[in-house]
Amino acid sequence: MKKISKTQPELFEFSPENLKKAEIEINKYPKEKKASAVLALLYLVQEQNNNWIPLAGIKYVAKLLNVPYIKVYEVVTFYSMFNLSPVGKYFVQVCTTTPCMIRGAKKLTDVCKKYISKNQNELSENKICSWIEVECLGACVNAPMMQINQDYFEDLDESKTTEIIEKLLKDEFPTPGSATGRKNNSPEKGKTTLIEVKNA
Amino acid sequence: MPKITVNNKEVEFEEGMTVLQACELAGAEIPRFCYHERLSIAGNCRMCLVEMEKSAKPIASCAMPAADGMKIKTNTPFVDKARKGVMEFLLANHPLDCPVCDQGGECDLQDQSLFYGFDNSRYKENKRQVKEKYMGPLIKTQMTRCIHCTRCIRFATEVAGIPELGAIGRGEDTEITTYLEKSMESELSANVIDLCPVGALTSKPYAFEARPWDLKKTETIDVMDAIGSNIRVDTYGWEVKRVLPRVNEDINEEWISDKTRYACDGLLKQRIDSPYIREQGRLQKASWDEALKLLISKLKIYKPEEIAGIVGDLADLEMIYSFKSFFNKSLGSTNLECREDKIYINPKERMNYIFNSSIKGIEESDFILLVGTNPRLEATILNARIRKAYLKNKTKIYSICNPGDLTYPYESLGSSTHVIKEIESGQHEIFKKIKKSKKPIVIIGESALQGNSGAYVFETLKSFLLNNNFIRKDWKALNILSQNASKVGAIDLGFYSISNKNNFIFFDKLANDDFKFIYLLGADNINFEKKDKFIVYQGSHGDKGAEIADIILPGAAYTEKNGLFINLEGKLQNAYKASYPPGDAREDWIILKDIANMIKKPLGYNNVNKLRELIKKEIELEKNVDFDHTSQMNFVEKNISINPVDYYYTNVIARSSKVMNECKQLSKKLLFTGIEKAV
Repeated sequence: MKKISKTQPELFEFSPENLKKAEIEINKYPKEKKASAVLALLYLVQEQNNNWIPLAGIKYVAKLLNVPYIKVYEVVTFYSMFNLSPVGKYFVQVCTTTPCMIRGAKKLTDVCKKYISKNQNELSENKICSWIEVECLGACVNAPMMQINQDYFEDLDESKTTEIIEKLLKDEFPTPGSATGRKNNSPEKGKTTLIEVKNA
Repeated sequence: MPKITVNNKEVEFEEGMTVLQACELAGAEIPRFCYHERLSIAGNCRMCLVEMEKSAKPIASCAMPAADGMKIKTNTPFVDKARKGVMEFLLANHPLDCPVCDQGGECDLQDQSLFYGFDNSRYKENKRQVKEKYMGPLIKTQMTRCIHCTRCIRFATEVAGIPELGAIGRGEDTEITTYLEKSMESELSANVIDLCPVGALTSKPYAFEARPWDLKKTETIDVMDAIGSNIRVDTYGWEVKRVLPRVNEDINEEWISDKTRYACDGLLKQRIDSPYIREQGRLQKASWDEALKLLISKLKIYKPEEIAGIVGDLADLEMIYSFKSFFNKSLGSTNLECREDKIYINPKERMNYIFNSSIKGIEESDFILLVGTNPRLEATILNARIRKAYLKNKTKIYSICNPGDLTYPYESLGSSTHVIKEIESGQHEIFKKIKKSKKPIVIIGESALQGNSGAYVFETLKSFLLNNNFIRKDWKALNILSQNASKVGAIDLGFYSISNKNNFIFFDKLANDDFKFIYLLGADNINFEKKDKFIVYQGSHGDKGAEIADIILPGAAYTEKNGLFINLEGKLQNAYKASYPPGDAREDWIILKDIANMIKKPLGYNNVNKLRELIKKEIELEKNVDFDHTSQMNFVEKNISINPVDYYYTNVIARSSKVMNECKQLSKKLLFTGIEKAV
């Protein structure tokens, strides 16, 4: 069960831009079914509020969609993508589901433990980074991998991860993508088929 | 009708039934946890699995619609194995604490694991541990025991109309809770305790009090409001341990309000267990002999017109009838009143003071108009029916006055009597809507009948309904919402003082100090100044009435005597004796009979059977009430306002109850929920 932060902002309101985006989302559904927009709105809340959802945000969304608070609260606690307490400016999500685990995700978490914080969901010493283990992020071909904020970092090993984390701790954002330099999920040792086709 | 074959037995079923219901028609019992007849279907416990021909997998019978020609088997090894598997999963995380669990002995999981459970567990991992949740002073939670059937959530959302419960987290971590662990703000909240098939939600006041097999069960009638809910009173010796609902489709279905359920601890507190006499300003304990002698000597001093009798809100018909015949025959006085306030009544016809369309009839209605009433607090169970009608038929509901959150949407028409005038003359917009409806209901609350505008409100609405043929043989749209269990019965027995011109003749005399001797029969809610009046209080609890009394006679509470009650629909119901009166207290009609015998003017009956015969005759008797109001009523301009109902404190038993007191303190702190107002 996710822990709710003890320090909560008193108020939450969408910024004018987000309010416009929210209205677009709500209008995607029939009027009497506008509660369906709850996930999209919660993402907006999380985006606006440094990657976590405050209780005031839950209430705000509930009022906007005209549903009881508990219904939004159920959704927030159900999906692991929503954070209910503050996370670092750089939020590292290490995939530990089977393919990544086989390819050495444990080493990645060890690095996180060593450099960021001893436990998950704790801020690093300089307060800008936190990490968490998550279930499959859908990039098994590039295992092991992790997600930092909105970007994927793939084909990692211990030293590559250390490099990335050290950069983060210096408040620099490393280049996302495969650490071995391959394009997307093409074969590790270069193309084996369709060699003559340039754009394949 | 379509047919289904269950265990080689062919039965006919109604279109729209589920396989589970069809199986029950065929006499095959299906185990279940999440399915409940009165709630929507969830299909998440999987206990009701059955075998269907041509299906490789077992099907969940509660969620599967029955179809013509289906062949179902419920007693094969295949079904048994499937159910055993489900049961093993359910028990994997369920703690083995039946010996200390309050549900023990009446637990669905316990009963069904007897048939489908294994004798040992193959689950070697640690069991799940869930923190207790706070749900208010009535519901005790032990969420480790929860099997996530979601009955409580569905009840709160659908029947109670308070969507405050929910399931947070997912998978093994799912937990049932209220939003941030607030207490449930519903007058029906405690019904989730009955619905919970395991011991996750149990009764807080009843925690560790008794085991179900130790209790004596008495099926009786509730008196906390005028609904007359059917209840079962469980007693251990003298003590009433708990009150549970009984199924009665016409009245309370299978719900009861929190007050009905939890005011019972008030039966143990503040009781009057012996007669008292006021000596030099202080109440002193006395014997029956002393008290009655003093009473008789006082009765001799006053003239009949100086003597008045008021009957209280919890009185049964035996009390009311005896009291009336005691006054009429033995004392020669006719100053009698059952109303607590200046509330207009027209006892000319029976339909003028009862709920004519009946509680069940609400479901058939297509138009509901509330006039100066807050049914949520005045008659909780009735309000649940209105909500049911709203959910089922999308019935339009209008209200004159704004009663606040009623758990369903309604349109407020303002609170002035002008609205009624406009409706009558056809100027108001809803006039057409009433005209169009086939079975409209107009519910008039006591607040609307209060004061000088009461007569206008009632007579105008009645004549309006009569003129538009809404009071006919098969449908009577006129409904009065009484608030007290004794009210309809008292009016039936003629326990009121009215004259042609003045409906409130008793109250005027009371205010003028015309009465010198007042006999309060369990009447605590009436306000008047004592001054030099001599007051006799006969009742069960030491409350407002006993405070001002000069003589106190101990009577019995509703669980301590056999009694007849008439509910707001005019239904006669029998309440049975579950316990006995404490100390020297006696049944009220016997006290009155004895006093009458002592002054040598007996009432003419000595046993309860004879008394009941007389009562039934009196009720059935065509009454010749000298009361005429057929003439056109003059318009009275007034703003109708709903009298605030102190829900947890309406009668002496509730006021003495510690649990009700807790609820009251809590409800003061809370704002009303729903969507906008919660913190």
